[in-house]
Amino acid sequence: MSSAPQWKNPVIRWVDERLPVFTYIDHEYNQFPVPKNLNYFWNFGALAMIVLVTMVVTGIVLAMQYTPHVDYAFGSVERIMRDVNYGWLIRYIHMNGGSMFFIIVYIHIFRGLYYGSYKSPRELLWMLGVVILLLMMATAFLGYVLPWGQMSFWGATVITNLFSALPIIGEPIVTWLWGGFAVDNATLNRFFSLHYLMPFVLFAVVGLHVVALHVTGSNNPTGIEIKGPQDSVPFNPYFTAKDSVGLGVFLIFFAYFVFFAPNFFGEVDNYIEANPMQTPPHIVPEWYFLPFYAMLRAITFDVFFIPAKLLGVMVMGASIMILFIVPWLDTSKVRSARYRPVYKWLFWVLVIDCFVLGYVGAKPPEGVLVLMGQLGTAYYFLHFLVIMPIVGKLETPLPLPASISEAVSGGSANSSPSGMEKP
Amino acid sequence: MRKTVIGVAAAVLITISGQAMASGGIELPKQHWSFEGIFGTYDRGEAQRGLQVYSEVCAGCHGLSLIYYRNLMGLGYTKDQVKAFAAEYEVEDGPNDEGEMYMRPAKPSDRFVNPFPNDKAARAGNNGALPPDLSLVVEARVGGPNYLYNLMAGYVEPPAGVSVMEGMSYNAYYPGHQIAMPSPLSDEAVEYADGTKATVAQMARDVTTFLTWASEPNMEERKGMGIKVLLFLIVLTGMLIAVKKKIWADVH
Repeated sequence: MSSAPQWKNPVIRWVDERLPVFTYIDHEYNQFPVPKNLNYFWNFGALAMIVLVTMVVTGIVLAMQYTPHVDYAFGSVERIMRDVNYGWLIRYIHMNGGSMFFIIVYIHIFRGLYYGSYKSPRELLWMLGVVILLLMMATAFLGYVLPWGQMSFWGATVITNLFSALPIIGEPIVTWLWGGFAVDNATLNRFFSLHYLMPFVLFAVVGLHVVALHVTGSNNPTGIEIKGPQDSVPFNPYFTAKDSVGLGVFLIFFAYFVFFAPNFFGEVDNYIEANPMQTPPHIVPEWYFLPFYAMLRAITFDVFFIPAKLLGVMVMGASIMILFIVPWLDTSKVRSARYRPVYKWLFWVLVIDCFVLGYVGAKPPEGVLVLMGQLGTAYYFLHFLVIMPIVGKLETPLPLPASISEAVSGGSANSSPSGMEKP
Repeated sequence: MRKTVIGVAAAVLITISGQAMASGGIELPKQHWSFEGIFGTYDRGEAQRGLQVYSEVCAGCHGLSLIYYRNLMGLGYTKDQVKAFAAEYEVEDGPNDEGEMYMRPAKPSDRFVNPFPNDKAARAGNNGALPPDLSLVVEARVGGPNYLYNLMAGYVEPPAGVSVMEGMSYNAYYPGHQIAMPSPLSDEAVEYADGTKATVAQMARDVTTFLTWASEPNMEERKGMGIKVLLFLIVLTGMLIAVKKKIWADVH
């Protein structure tokens, strides 16, 4: 079964002997052994890949009608919405696809955190994932500027200005990023160019992420490795079928927003053309940046010689950089939180903390929200820097099953070894 | 347990997004609209009366620059009606063979003619305030159609102790309550051809429906396609679930 296939078609055989793409696909997507107990949270990697392709395809089509010029950008997007055949459909797919991408990737990341997918030997797989997250954030930020609405312009102004917090080199960097002395036509042009480039860089890193995955194999809800053929099933047809179910459900969710609530995730101010002379009352980023925005704004005080603004930028940067070292911060011998009675609950506290930070990020920083943001930020770092290393050492994990197949069929009363009723 | 937590998390997420959008702080009484819901369409009667309100009342100050006269065919007007409607307006064209710019009657392929040649002229004619273009006004305001309706019908006497600045009006639903636009509607401000009584509430409703259409003229096409797409995806997903169950039947 795991031997190299004999290709019957002479053309395929000829190609495969010289460049074994067919053998590669057969190995990695047909025979590839996958733990048979993966739940539906393991769909999100494949879904993210599909959304990335969707974004690239719709984006390339949109670029054919879009004009990256401060005088025409807003109008050209409205022209796409009104006069280009099915332009509204392509643009709403692209616009909501960005939000879908982040929903999927955040679930994918929290899945990895819950089941300990970052632990040895998957550290590099996890770190490549963090690189993907960073690239996605950059791409999303650049793309949000392109419609040249009020939030586009002011979001770009606020975020690029963050670099001015750096001492000495800050101001020159901002001027260099803008290509001038304000967010203007040069900025819009380069943002468009980079927004077009970044997804292809993403593809490359996603490729590495997938290759790394196929070296170590998938983690699974028990967190124990495959111990024999009884623990795994071939990727095809089992996980092509299971991923397809997830895809169908996801597409229903996606289509609902595209067709019936296309502006749900957006800001109304972005339907007003950018006006450098008029600042909107509340500048807020897109929802997927809100927790990070809350952490940026949480630092309202100087620490010694470091001004609050610079410290805020450092904290925001650290909130993602810290993910790179998670494999070494977690000291537990057990991967899956399913067998970690204490950490399991602390995981959900982190999830709630991220939602609290998101809520704080959406609101003007006033009154109790400032304190909430500061406590939320402190807890976020506490989780990774203190809780993860200490709980891993102190906690007594539950006994692990001997193997994946024992965890699936053994122990529980309602599944008999010979039964065919398994859904 | 896990499902409960996920459910709560999803509810929180949706609440956050909802609240992020509904800022501003003034409670907007909700109206029932023909274009709401997944089967919603624009009430043609309301939209056509709304065009009349726009043309006779709003168009004195507010442009509608993203709309072409030809788009009006989407509201149920015939080509000849649209031609006649457009011809009431004059646009600058040219240069002609002599190199001169000249004025000609608007055609269906022209955009709605702006009331002012530029923003400065608009400000000069409006006490320093700039009347915004209305092409996207429903999408560009928190509350959308409900905001617009309540704004139109929301001119009231200022509460005791509140003084309104020179040249401003008090509006119950405008953020900050002081608005540069004087009350645009009064009873019988227009005479509807279909005999509908032109109350302020009726005109506010009609012009809101018209401007919602102007913000998104493709909405009916979008929702119509969406229903077909959703039905297809639900059937497809049902089949995929059946296939998956069959394939996995012998795995324990």
